[in-house]
Amino acid sequence: MEVKRELLNTGGRASGTRPGAPAGGPADLRVQSLNARQLLRGGDLEGPNPSAHLEGTDFERHVEESVLTTTLDRAVAWARSNSFFPATFGLACCAIEMMSIVAARVDVARFGFEAFRASPRQADLLILSGRVSIKMAPIVRRIYDQMLEPKWAISMGACCSSMGVFNNYALVPADKFMPIDVHVPGCPPRPEALMHGVLKLRKMVQDDPDMGWRERYGAHGTEELLPELTATTEAPAAVNVFGEGDTAGA
Amino acid sequence: MSEYRRREQSITLGPLHEQLDEQSEGGAESTQELLTLNFGPHHPATHGVLRLLVTLQGEIVRDVKPIIGYVHTGIEKTAEDKSYWKVIPVIERMDYLSYYFNAMAFCGAVETLIDVEVPKRAQYLRVIHLELNRIMSHLVWLGTSALDLGAISMFWYCFREREKILDLFEMSSGQRMHTRYFQVGGVIEDIPPGFAEKLRGFLAEMPSRVDQYRDMLNGNEIVLQRLRGTCPLDAETLLSLGVTGPLLRAAGNPWDLRKADPYCSYDDFDFKIPIGTAGDNYDRFACRVAEMYESVKIASQALEGLPEGPHITEDRKVALPPRHELATSMEALIHHFKLVTEGMRVPPGEVYFPIESPRGELGCFVRSDGSSKPARVHMRDPSFVNLQATSPMVKGAYIADMIATLAMLDPILGGIDR
Amino acid sequence: MPDATGLELIAGELRDAEGADVVTDTLFFRDRATLSVQPTHIRAVLAHLRTKGYTFLASLHGVDYYPHEPRLGVCYELLDMASVDRITVKLRVASDTPEVESVTEDWPTADHQEREVYDMFGVVFRGHRDLRRILMPEDYEGHPQRRDFPIGGEPVIFTFNERDALGSSE
Repeated sequence: MEVKRELLNTGGRASGTRPGAPAGGPADLRVQSLNARQLLRGGDLEGPNPSAHLEGTDFERHVEESVLTTTLDRAVAWARSNSFFPATFGLACCAIEMMSIVAARVDVARFGFEAFRASPRQADLLILSGRVSIKMAPIVRRIYDQMLEPKWAISMGACCSSMGVFNNYALVPADKFMPIDVHVPGCPPRPEALMHGVLKLRKMVQDDPDMGWRERYGAHGTEELLPELTATTEAPAAVNVFGEGDTAGA
Repeated sequence: MSEYRRREQSITLGPLHEQLDEQSEGGAESTQELLTLNFGPHHPATHGVLRLLVTLQGEIVRDVKPIIGYVHTGIEKTAEDKSYWKVIPVIERMDYLSYYFNAMAFCGAVETLIDVEVPKRAQYLRVIHLELNRIMSHLVWLGTSALDLGAISMFWYCFREREKILDLFEMSSGQRMHTRYFQVGGVIEDIPPGFAEKLRGFLAEMPSRVDQYRDMLNGNEIVLQRLRGTCPLDAETLLSLGVTGPLLRAAGNPWDLRKADPYCSYDDFDFKIPIGTAGDNYDRFACRVAEMYESVKIASQALEGLPEGPHITEDRKVALPPRHELATSMEALIHHFKLVTEGMRVPPGEVYFPIESPRGELGCFVRSDGSSKPARVHMRDPSFVNLQATSPMVKGAYIADMIATLAMLDPILGGIDR
Repeated sequence: MPDATGLELIAGELRDAEGADVVTDTLFFRDRATLSVQPTHIRAVLAHLRTKGYTFLASLHGVDYYPHEPRLGVCYELLDMASVDRITVKLRVASDTPEVESVTEDWPTADHQEREVYDMFGVVFRGHRDLRRILMPEDYEGHPQRRDFPIGGEPVIFTFNERDALGSSE
C-alpha cells in the first residue's frame, strides 16, 4: 500500500540550522531521509524534487545520522540503554525524590537501573538532582569529565534545567557547563516524572546511541587522553586533563 | 616476636577509648604521620554536598574541618525581592526535608509583625502537618543513616512509610514536597474529605511500624557496636556550641521549644520529650526514633480535637478572600486585587521567631520596612550551627565512627548553605 | 521575655556597669525586648547578660539598613533556658569601617555565624581565628546580601536563545 506523504511548508527555522542539517530546512530533510530509505530498499525515488537525492559522503553521513545501521549496533544500544549505572549525585531537594525512585513504590530496579555507583568512573548516567551553585559547578564538571564514555546526563528539576525558583547570583543552569540529554521539569519532579525522563533517555539511547552530541555541544577536544599518548603525538592534551602543577578548579 | 604480632596482642576487647590511649602512649604515633584527606563534596556518605577536610593519623581522626557553600542558593537574598506570600515557596526550599517548618517559622514571624491572630483550626492543621513532616524527616534520616552504616534494607522500609505521608500531603495541598500549604494567617486550604480517615489509618499503624524499625536495628550487634559509646559529647559543650534539638536532648538536656515556649497551640497536647543519658551516637539514634512515637501521639490528638472554624484569618488585608465572595462583594475584589498585585503590607519592625524543627531550633528573623517586600529574611538554621559540633565530636575517633556521627548529626545541606 | 520594665532595668544596669553611652536604645516590640548597643562594647554587654542568665547565643546574623547610616547591623539573639527568656542585642557599624570585636572566645557558637556575616555583609570580626568566606567561593568579590548588591541571575536558556546564552561555541 502506498503511503502518500504531504510535505508541509514550515517556512524554515527561526534561528538557523543545526550543523549537518540540509540548508533548506526540515522539509528537505524529510525528503532526503525518505529518499535514503528508498535507496536502501532499491525502490524508485519519490518526492517533488527527485534530483535532491544525496550522493557520496553526504549520503553516508545522512544514513548514519538518521537511519539505524547494523544489528550489532542496535544490540549494543539495547544493552547500553537497559543497564544505566546512575551516579549518586544528589545536590538538594530533588535528591530526596531521586531516592524515592529507588524506593519501593516507583521501583527503578524494574528497569535495571538500581545500581547506583558512587565512583564516577563506574557510572554512566549523571542525574543532576538539585540546584547547582557557582561553587559546585566546577566540581560537577569534574565529576562529569571523570565518567567514561558513553555517558549521559539528566538534569532533574527546574533549578538545574533552567534557573528554577531562584534566579540569582548564586546559581548556574547545568546547560552552561555540561551537555544535558534530558531535562526533567518539576520542583521537585515527582518520582514518576523522573522515571519518565529516564525512560525517555533509554528510548533515545536505544534509537541512536551517539546522538551526535559532540557536534551539538562543540565537545570536540574533551576526550580524555593518556599523558603518554599526548607526549608522543602532536595532539594537544585535552581540555580537562590536568598537567603538572595544574590546580584549576580544585 | 615481630612488630605485627606485638601489635596484634595489644588489641584488647576493652572499650575503644582505652585502646586508643594505649596506642598513643605506646609511641605508635611516632611511626605514623598526619594525612589530610578530602571527603569531597561528592561523596555517598556526606548527606549532601558537605566537604570535610579530615586530618588522620592512621585511622584515627585528629581534626575535621567542614567546608560548606556548595549548595548556597542565595535564598535570603531572593526573599528580599519577592512579596511576603511569594517568599513562602522560596523559603520552603531551604531545609528541604522539613519544608513545613521553614514555612511555619517565616509565617510565624510575619504574623507576629502584622499582629494577626491565627484561627484555632488553622493552628491544629498546622500542628498535624508539622508533626507529619517531623515523622517524615526522621524516616528519611533513619533510612539514609542505616544506609551509611550498611543496614541497607532499612532504606526501603522507611521510604515505604514516607510515601504514605507524602500521599497525605498530596491530599491536603496537591504537592508531595514544598507544598506552600502554610500561609500568613493560617493554611491555604481546608483539608479535603477523606483526609481525616486516611490520616487516622496511618496514625493507627505507624507505632507498630516504628516498633518494626526499632526491632530491626536495636538488636543488631553491628549497629550497637558502631553506635554505642562512639563520639559522645556532653551537654555543656553542646550548649556552648549552640547545638539544639535531638543532639542536645540525647546528651540529657530536655530543651524542646514545643514544651518550653509553646507556639501554635502545642500546649494543648500531651506528649513527652525523649532524652538520652550518655550523649553518644546510640542516644541520638534512640531519641529520634522515640520522637516518632511522640509525633504520632501529637498528630492523633490534633486530629481528634480538630475544631471547626476558618482555616485562615478573616483579615482581608492579609489573606485572600474566598472566591465566591469576589462575585458579590466589591471590597473582597479590591482586597484580592491588592493582595495579588502588591502583596500585604507589613508594619516596620524586626522579629525573630524560633520553632522546634526536627534538627533543632529553627528561627526566622524578618525585618520589615513597611513595604510589601521583606527587607531582610534570615533563617537561623539548626544544621548550620550543629555542624560546628562535628569537630569536637569526632576528634580521636576512627573514620568509621566519623561516618556514623555524621549520620547521627542529621545535617541537611540546604539549610546549612541556604 | 523580660517585660518592658525588666528591659529598662537591664539597660540601666549596663549603663552603670559599662558607661552611660553603651546602650543607645531599648525597644519593646510585640513582646520582644531589644537592646541597641555600641559596637565597641559588645563583648562586655554579652558577658554581662550572661551573668543575668542569658547563657545561650541562639543566633548571630547581619542586617543591611541601606540607605540609613550606620548601615551594617549585627544581631545577637540570646536565650535564657532556665526562665525561657529571649533578648536581642543589636549593634550598627558604618560600611566604611565595618569592624566589630569577635565574641567567639566566650561564645564558641559564633564561629561559623560570624564567618557568614563577614561573607554576606563584609563585617570584619577582629579576633576571629579564621575569618574567611564560608558560603561563597573563596575568591568571590563582593558581599552578596548587601542591599545594593544586584540580585544577579542568568537568562533562562531556551532553544531560541541557546546560542547567545551559551556563547559562540555553537
